[in-house]
Amino acid sequence: MENEVVIKTENLTKAFGDFIAANAITFDVYKGEIFGFLGANGAGKTTAMRMLCGLSTPTSGKANIAGFDIWTQTEEIKKHIGYMSQKFSLYEDLTVRENIRFFGGIYGLKGKEIRQKGDAIIKKLGLENEAKKLVKSLPLGWKQKLAFSIAIFHEPKIVFLDEPTGGVDPVTRRQFWDLIYEASERGITVFVTTHYMDEAEYCNRISMMVDGVIKALDSPKKLKENYGVETMDEVFYELARGAQRKAD
Amino acid sequence: MTDVVLDHITKTYEKGSVVAVDDVSFSVEKGELFGLIGPDGAGKSSIFRMLTTLLKPDSGFATVNGSDTVKDYRDIRKKVGYMPGRFSLYQDLTVEENLTFFATVFNTTIHENYDLIKDIYVQLEPFKDRRAGKLSGGMKQKLALCCALIHRPTVLFLDEPTTGVDAVSRKEFWEMLKRLKTHGITILVSTPYMDEATLCERIALIQGGKILSIDTPEEIIRRFPKPLYSVRCNEMSRLLKELRSFAEIESCNGFGDYHHITFHNEAEIEKLKDRLIKAGYSEVEIRIEEPTVEDCFIRLMKSLDNGE
Amino acid sequence: MKQFIAFFTKEFLHVFRDRKTLLLLFGLPVVQIVLFGFALSNEIKNSKIVIFDYAKDATSRKIIEKLEVSKSFEIEKNITRVEDIDKSFRAENIKLAIVFPANFGEDLVHLKNASVQIIADASDPNTANTLTSYATNVIMSYQKEMMQTRNIPYSINTEMRMLYNPELKGTTNFVPGVMALVMLLICVLMTSVSIVREKENGTMEVLLVSPFNPFLVVISKAIPYLILSLFNLIVILVLSVYLLDMPINGNIFLLFAESALLILAALSLGLLISTLTNSQQEAMLFSLMGMLLPTMMLTGFMFPLENMPVPLQVISNIVPSKWYYIIVKSIMIKGLGFSAIWKETLILAGMTALLLTISIRKFNIRLE
Repeated sequence: MENEVVIKTENLTKAFGDFIAANAITFDVYKGEIFGFLGANGAGKTTAMRMLCGLSTPTSGKANIAGFDIWTQTEEIKKHIGYMSQKFSLYEDLTVRENIRFFGGIYGLKGKEIRQKGDAIIKKLGLENEAKKLVKSLPLGWKQKLAFSIAIFHEPKIVFLDEPTGGVDPVTRRQFWDLIYEASERGITVFVTTHYMDEAEYCNRISMMVDGVIKALDSPKKLKENYGVETMDEVFYELARGAQRKAD
Repeated sequence: MTDVVLDHITKTYEKGSVVAVDDVSFSVEKGELFGLIGPDGAGKSSIFRMLTTLLKPDSGFATVNGSDTVKDYRDIRKKVGYMPGRFSLYQDLTVEENLTFFATVFNTTIHENYDLIKDIYVQLEPFKDRRAGKLSGGMKQKLALCCALIHRPTVLFLDEPTTGVDAVSRKEFWEMLKRLKTHGITILVSTPYMDEATLCERIALIQGGKILSIDTPEEIIRRFPKPLYSVRCNEMSRLLKELRSFAEIESCNGFGDYHHITFHNEAEIEKLKDRLIKAGYSEVEIRIEEPTVEDCFIRLMKSLDNGE
Repeated sequence: MKQFIAFFTKEFLHVFRDRKTLLLLFGLPVVQIVLFGFALSNEIKNSKIVIFDYAKDATSRKIIEKLEVSKSFEIEKNITRVEDIDKSFRAENIKLAIVFPANFGEDLVHLKNASVQIIADASDPNTANTLTSYATNVIMSYQKEMMQTRNIPYSINTEMRMLYNPELKGTTNFVPGVMALVMLLICVLMTSVSIVREKENGTMEVLLVSPFNPFLVVISKAIPYLILSLFNLIVILVLSVYLLDMPINGNIFLLFAESALLILAALSLGLLISTLTNSQQEAMLFSLMGMLLPTMMLTGFMFPLENMPVPLQVISNIVPSKWYYIIVKSIMIKGLGFSAIWKETLILAGMTALLLTISIRKFNIRLE
């Protein structure tokens, strides 16, 4: 892991009226790092992630994403990141190839480049027979692997993954993580949220958000040591149990 | 006494081109907490919808509480409670309004069956005037459970109640289910989270519309055919690739901070540690491991894929 | 019964908590009445005109008198030079010039044929068109009188003929049209969207898996909108009577009964759409395309059906609002009773029965 910082936030805060969804978030993420962003429902993960992707303006604080300022350069940020969520990532009524062509086009890639890289993705994921099929006919796990490949199609500096493996079968889930490792080895920073605690173990570092605040940030090993427990599950339970903001 | 029976049930969509449930048979005893464990698209929701009379099977038959799901659908609708996967209540109604509405639709009142939902409802009570849309995921799920229980069903179907819910809320939810069992309600629950399997009395592992295995979680784990080892070292992702390239390794899967492996030949275990140290790894740790349901699922899933 | 009440309460809560829906429900009739009643009205009052009377005989004077009496016109002045016509159009707010040629009366009596020139300011073609029609109408009515009194068959052909609504009072046409439009819009759109929303939320699944009869689910969804529509009908009628001076010449109960029939047709259509669609957007699109457009185009209140190509006229027969429009006009304006509209009522009732049957058949007690 190199020491180049690709995400730097300082007291990043987002308030909706009286409600402080994300409170003074401060952390650094390094190039090529797999950074797990954990927290209970309603802890403020989505809010924080939206700010980092340049989709929502913070109330106060500073952040620099892939070398661009979150306040003034959101358009530049969007060009240098990839994003994929559990809910929306691909067009269900387009074929595999059409999706690749579309997203390649959005990121300004040339026709030839799209074709070559698209072929490579299809081959790698073993989708040769499915290339002309509508995405909606694919099993969820395949869709998610394809969506991830497309999200890093334009070689972004950072890729944000919002619960990418929810509901995916255990075999495909591991294949998905193989893809994440590969991307990380290529120097792409992976910023990921998950509800699977075994996946938290695969991250280089983990941040735990509780009630809008980052309560803990360290490697899984250190976290377990600090809390004197055996599994990440227990770490999560220890931290999230004290959450006040249950109904929100 | 058997409460739910599926007999060679098959269900296809889009004129038979998509097989969602493929010749599935199993039965659930009265008062049992039964889990249907499998990923998205495995056929869990289709099975639940057939049992709740919302879909008709293409072939085979099913009974719930002794009533046929096709012929006697009216009887079943009176007796079962159902919480669909994407059930999100009426977002613009308050907690209390939602509950009152469902109570009335089911011809009962909150008061009548209060003892059943009391444990859950006390947690919701502080927010009873809040609109359902403004509740957190965990709270919504509790309210949905209350709504499904309000008429004291004999069989309760919960379709992926914990999907997208954080680990703490999930744990609480399962504790609620255990308490419900004491009221003698038969509970069928589906989940994509393998770690929840051990919380059920009996489970069916399901993938691609087929049942991979069906038994108590302990028995399914006991049937894991080979000794399982877990390996850990300083460079986990390199280790994963390297282990997979070793000829003596039969299977290798990442499991959190360990990799789980099985051998073609048991004797090879002795040599593995030296081999890894020679390959430049440090902090190598190898130990025998009790398989999890997820290990079993992966193994069964792969043998199914290879069998075809 | 308790279940029904619970359903009503819930449905009303949905409506009252959703500001946008509320605005659509109660704002729409008001806006439409005002819009169609005033803004889009093609009725024009007190337009300034000039008269250029070469003839200055008894006939021309009589016609001018008639023009003077008409509410539509206000004779600004009489001019005597040709170039003044153009001047007054440019300089003053003159909409129309009427020119009587020399020997106008003589020609009419002896040659049985005479002509009047009507010059309009066509920079506003609609107004010009309307005013020309008004003027022609005044002249024609004078001719009619002459023919009756003198019993001489003058053969004067005019191309303008005002068959209905001789005063060209705009609101008479619009109010029944708006009534049809509002009721269809609310019933079709609201029913279909509210049922489909339950499908989207997964609440429909729970309701189906309940002892509550599935048909009752649908009926109890429709009834609140029936009530809301009847309430809207009252709003429209009050607005049109007090704001637009529209008469209700016929039996008001008959009017409400016929309206209930249309609402029922609309609710069935809404139900049908809800069984065919799976998302709220889809339902909305279907409702708007399948109902709003034909209602606007083929009912007859915006564009006279008589002037349409035959295929469109044929198609207009399957638009329920066309029949409702005829019925409402007969009751409200002509003051006719049931005996005059039984045929249209029967057609509308038949359509409702058909729609209801299809939608109930299509409605599934399961999910497929």
